[in-house]
Amino acid sequence: MTARLKHKDLLGLETLEREEIELILSTAESFREVSERDIKKVPTLRGRTVINLFYEASTRTRTSFEIAAKRMSADAVNISVSTSSVVKGETLRDTAKNLEAMKPDCIVIRHASAGTPHLIAKSVACSVINAGDGAHEHPSQALLDMLTVKEKLGSIDGIKLAIIGDIAHSRVARSNIYGFSKLGAKVVVAGPATMIPPGIEKLGCAATFSADEAISGADVVMMLRIQLERQDESFFPTAREYSRLYGLDNLKLARAKKDVIILHPGPINRGVEISSEVADGQYSVILNQVTNGVAVRMALFYLLLGASKEEVKK
Amino acid sequence: MLRLVIKGGRVIDLAGSIDGLYNIYIMGGRIASVKAVDKDISATELVAGEGLEVIDATGLLVTPGLIDAHTHLREPGYEYKETIAGGAVSAAVGGFTTIMCMANTKPVNDNESVTRFMLKKAESAVVNVLPIGAVTVGLKGERLTEMAELKEAGCAAFSDDGMPVASSSVMRRALEYANALGMVVITHAEDTKLAGAGVMNEGEVSTKLGLKGIPSTAEDIAVARDILLAELTRARLHVAHVSTRGAVEIIRNAKKRGVKVTCEATPHHLTLTHLAVEGYGTNAKMNPPLRSEDDVSALIEGLADGTIDCIATDHAPQSVIEKDVEFDRAANGVVGLETAFSLVYALVEKGLITLQAAIAAMTINVARTFNLDKGSLKVGSSADIAIFDLKALWIVEPSLLKSKSKNTPFGGMNLKGRVEKTIVNGKVVYDANKQR
Repeated sequence: MTARLKHKDLLGLETLEREEIELILSTAESFREVSERDIKKVPTLRGRTVINLFYEASTRTRTSFEIAAKRMSADAVNISVSTSSVVKGETLRDTAKNLEAMKPDCIVIRHASAGTPHLIAKSVACSVINAGDGAHEHPSQALLDMLTVKEKLGSIDGIKLAIIGDIAHSRVARSNIYGFSKLGAKVVVAGPATMIPPGIEKLGCAATFSADEAISGADVVMMLRIQLERQDESFFPTAREYSRLYGLDNLKLARAKKDVIILHPGPINRGVEISSEVADGQYSVILNQVTNGVAVRMALFYLLLGASKEEVKK
Repeated sequence: MLRLVIKGGRVIDLAGSIDGLYNIYIMGGRIASVKAVDKDISATELVAGEGLEVIDATGLLVTPGLIDAHTHLREPGYEYKETIAGGAVSAAVGGFTTIMCMANTKPVNDNESVTRFMLKKAESAVVNVLPIGAVTVGLKGERLTEMAELKEAGCAAFSDDGMPVASSSVMRRALEYANALGMVVITHAEDTKLAGAGVMNEGEVSTKLGLKGIPSTAEDIAVARDILLAELTRARLHVAHVSTRGAVEIIRNAKKRGVKVTCEATPHHLTLTHLAVEGYGTNAKMNPPLRSEDDVSALIEGLADGTIDCIATDHAPQSVIEKDVEFDRAANGVVGLETAFSLVYALVEKGLITLQAAIAAMTINVARTFNLDKGSLKVGSSADIAIFDLKALWIVEPSLLKSKSKNTPFGGMNLKGRVEKTIVNGKVVYDANKQR
């Protein structure tokens, strides 16, 4: 395979072209089979080093990246950082240069501040993958969501995707709006008015305050995790009222298409944004998402690191 | 006595309604006379020599030295960012001959000993430095400073810039008390509760970037409150760094009602929009934040119709350790002294404001706002003069800035109009041709 991505980094889906997204998805499809084998490993990235640099607590995403790297035979190192560079009296360039001095081929970064992977990527020659930056983007999550929808529905073109919840603070929502709209889906976001940020339509979606309207006729319903702390900032009055208006239960789900699938980036708040009957029901593909996450991340490592350095230089 | 003649330049002095070719004669650091070139035949015979210095300003623009009512010189306390002497050099490079410096130093300039320390440092600075005293002790917004003593010590105005006076009651008393002393209160108008944890302007760009937004309304509300308090107290109010259409309209309306309010806008708010934040460059982070295109248009309209009296830089040096960090955590502020004139001149070149309006906003209007005996070329006044080459092109190279900090969002920008010489008390303190 000679195709590759046009950038050294994967920072978001905003800057990817449709062809690049399709390449990642088709590559991921071919890697999905590796995880089904008895010996779940291919030698493709032997000798490559991946640093997982997580400034924000995460089990699921970090583990998924780690397993993906290992299944590609790359060496993966996890660094959990509880303090920002500011607290240490270090600049971001210092941080980046120190990591680079260990000669990694790829740095996977999660950070609570939007844009931090972008700032680090400017200072290092190796690839950077954004594993979630603040409320900005979470591209590998959106890619695994797209892979799951493609697996279950066959195609993304022409489908209706409803994203329900705290759109304002969600990097998952932003990446999915970009990704799904680029592949021809109609995306509708819904949430309380306090959680629909100004100008969200410009990213490629319609917006409504009515969950019913968004879910109506949807092929895919994506529920976002609600941070209960947002009650304290008056984004919504109570979890009870939020759940009543925006929580997904069988009644609301009845408005969707008959063979709807339900996604959630996890971890779920049972009984708040999604009822247990729906989360565990026949339409939920939440666990398929987790499985596909490994395949997508294997594909990303392959496409960013697979070509030799000489090839990349042209 | 040393004499200096600035010969043959186009002189614009709005205080004296002068715009034309004039020769300026300076003696003992003061303006001795200003003579129209065509009526000053003997000037052609002037030859530099013993006790006579001649500057040929043919083809150049000569104005009163620029005055900046809003700088942060960081001394005492943050000398690693900037010093009074260093900030003054940066000012001279920008054509400024007088700069006012804010009180948010460490310790805060809320008592006369800090003011005197600043003025002591200012004695050896290349331009005039006038401290601004704090409105409240420690900028805490609680108790008024000893304003009378601060004024006697040499403070030119009062401001808690950076920390809005949250209490309407304290702001009311501050306006009343300062007004009785003939002093102006400069407000940093921001409803901090509404601004919350925002780090840039709220709008489609903040939504796209996933950064917390500050609605322009956070400024409008505070400007409206302070104007109503100025109306109540009949006191003089100056609004710092106006950045929103709403604030411009509120101020325009207040001026029509006769409220004694003046205001300023910065070159960066007149030039850049929130789009500059794309890419997360922290040099585009400041407070108030860069706003929308519509807000920028409103500022330019306000400058053109006189609603905005002054241009002030809000020169705010920050070191790399404050800037080369996560956007959320980066400090606010940009350095502005060395790029101010050229950025404002770009508005003139685009035909958005007149050259006269631009110069007025950087000279006489500032002097009138703060009752400074500066900003004009009238006979007998200090010979504080700036000379510009309006045709010169240059590119902003951050590492070449004289400010100790290099946090400019204008790096790499092509600008037209360059400071040739800056003269303070008849002495050349900056000469573009003698650099490097």
